[in-house]
Amino acid sequence: MSEVPDDLHYTKSHEWVRKQDDGSLTVGISAHAQDLLGDLVFVEVPEEGARFGSGDDCAVVESVKAASDVYCPVTGEVVAVNEQLADTPETVNQDPYGDGWIFKVKPDDEAAFGDLLTASAYAEMIAEDSH
Amino acid sequence: MLIFEHAKQGRVNYAQSPRADGDLTDIPDRFLRKSVPTLPEVSELQAVRHYTRLSQKNFSIDTQFYPLGSCTMKYNPRACNTLSMLPGFLQRHPASPENLSQGFMACMFELQEMLKDVTGMQGVSLAPMAGAQGEFAGVAMIRAYHEARSDNARNEILVPDAAHGTNPATATMCGYKVREIPTDAEGDVDLQALRDAVGPHTAGIMLTNPSTLGVFERRIKEIARIVHEAGGLLYYDGANLNAILGKVKPGDMGFDVIHMNLHKTFSTPHGGGGPGAGPVGVSERLMPYLPVPMVAQSDGDEFYWLTEKERPQTMGPLSAFAGNAGVLLRAYVYARLLGKEGMQRVAEYATLNANYLMTRLTEAGFDLAFPTRRATHEFIVTLKRQEQEVNATAMDFAKRLLDFGYHAPTTYFPLLVPECLLIEPTETEAKEELDGFVEAMARIDAEARENVELLKSAPHTLPVRRLDDVKAARELDLKWTPDRT
Repeated sequence: MSEVPDDLHYTKSHEWVRKQDDGSLTVGISAHAQDLLGDLVFVEVPEEGARFGSGDDCAVVESVKAASDVYCPVTGEVVAVNEQLADTPETVNQDPYGDGWIFKVKPDDEAAFGDLLTASAYAEMIAEDSH
Repeated sequence: MLIFEHAKQGRVNYAQSPRADGDLTDIPDRFLRKSVPTLPEVSELQAVRHYTRLSQKNFSIDTQFYPLGSCTMKYNPRACNTLSMLPGFLQRHPASPENLSQGFMACMFELQEMLKDVTGMQGVSLAPMAGAQGEFAGVAMIRAYHEARSDNARNEILVPDAAHGTNPATATMCGYKVREIPTDAEGDVDLQALRDAVGPHTAGIMLTNPSTLGVFERRIKEIARIVHEAGGLLYYDGANLNAILGKVKPGDMGFDVIHMNLHKTFSTPHGGGGPGAGPVGVSERLMPYLPVPMVAQSDGDEFYWLTEKERPQTMGPLSAFAGNAGVLLRAYVYARLLGKEGMQRVAEYATLNANYLMTRLTEAGFDLAFPTRRATHEFIVTLKRQEQEVNATAMDFAKRLLDFGYHAPTTYFPLLVPECLLIEPTETEAKEELDGFVEAMARIDAEARENVELLKSAPHTLPVRRLDDVKAARELDLKWTPDRT
């Protein structure tokens, strides 16, 4: 069973979301997601300043098995992106919840964070999937 | 080993032939190159041996069973190749006038008519140069249709999550937003999700039927009704046409536009990047937008080209001339060899072979992704149980199959099914070949339980062992220069 840190929120499409002190949200893909994909060979990050709706595809992670979209968990503006991933996509495999973060988004509505899955709800979801 | 690595400076094709430097005095200085081109300096014999050895290392339908799901790697009759290369075809210049091209144009006209008949569409254009271009043409016509009606709010194309990756790519290329429709547990499109998704923004839906999950979409008429009532059009991805050829027509299912991969269903060579051919067929309402040129027949039985002049609303040409003539000719010969009855037998035997193979693999203890469903021309085995019990993955099975002389099935596609093998035997395989494949799979399954390392380190008998595909993708290196050796 992959690690699912308690202090994060999650989406059904396997993104994790961390709330920063300034209200922005850091987004990456869960340990479970990177495990399903296998070794990543390419990550395409969104553009800083771009706006996305909740559920819009805004980044791409690609492994030798598959390319997969990463979805914006809330409606808002991208305020930072992890440029390092262009050269070292493997960081997402090695440290999905830390240096492997993909982008930061400033939500239009701060309450949107609360609508995301809790760690226990997400853990339950992936446990069901792997039956 | 690269051919450059056989090279030696100054070596020519045939060592014993007399050599004389060419007289270059009549070529102005500014046209003479300053440096020698980096061509491999090898003898003719070295070149022949190099390429013969490469061809011997290759897996191909001419040498091995090739059950690569979703790709329809069937046998291409030699007759198609021979007849399409008759001197009259080979030497016809694409710019030849119509009165000197009547034979070729008659073949193209008949191919258009046969494809119309077998798909149930109202018009066919042979112009697209490949499947991807056929898809592009299809969705561009959907766009042209909505624009001609000033129905400009339609900015979304619906794509089931089981679709080929080319479908969302095509929709995006045509300026549409892609909305994904989930699949239910039995492999059909989730109808409630579809009803919730359609609306005034729906330009159309792109469907493969049978789907990439190896099952027929059973409620296709209901899907067509929902999408049409919302004002959208239906696009048929012809990837899996082999399963229904001559039996069911996409036109009868309610599709408005279809692309056909002649390089799959109509048995022209494929793999290795082409050339392909991706003709498009349309229903009445998309007729004006078909790409040109097309071939028409006059009252006096003369064939002539339809161009932008005769078809002002056309989306235009897709290449300098008229599609990939050689590939289209091969497909024409194939269609004429089979006839209507033969085309039905293609679908019947493609599905019979797939269902036989599926049943035998189930009896050998393998799990199906959709155990309650009948196979189409292909089906999915999932090795999730093997992965959980003994850590043998779909990729390990695929690599070990190579040692037994079988090209691996498609692995890890469709993405919805974990540890999957998508297996498509095609109609051109004999029963003995299918039985041999089942035996190999059963033996590999036993090996996985006794000594999984044997699978993990496969292939063992090929010129190259397990390749590091992650390193190859991360440190892509395709260029060879003499300086670096």
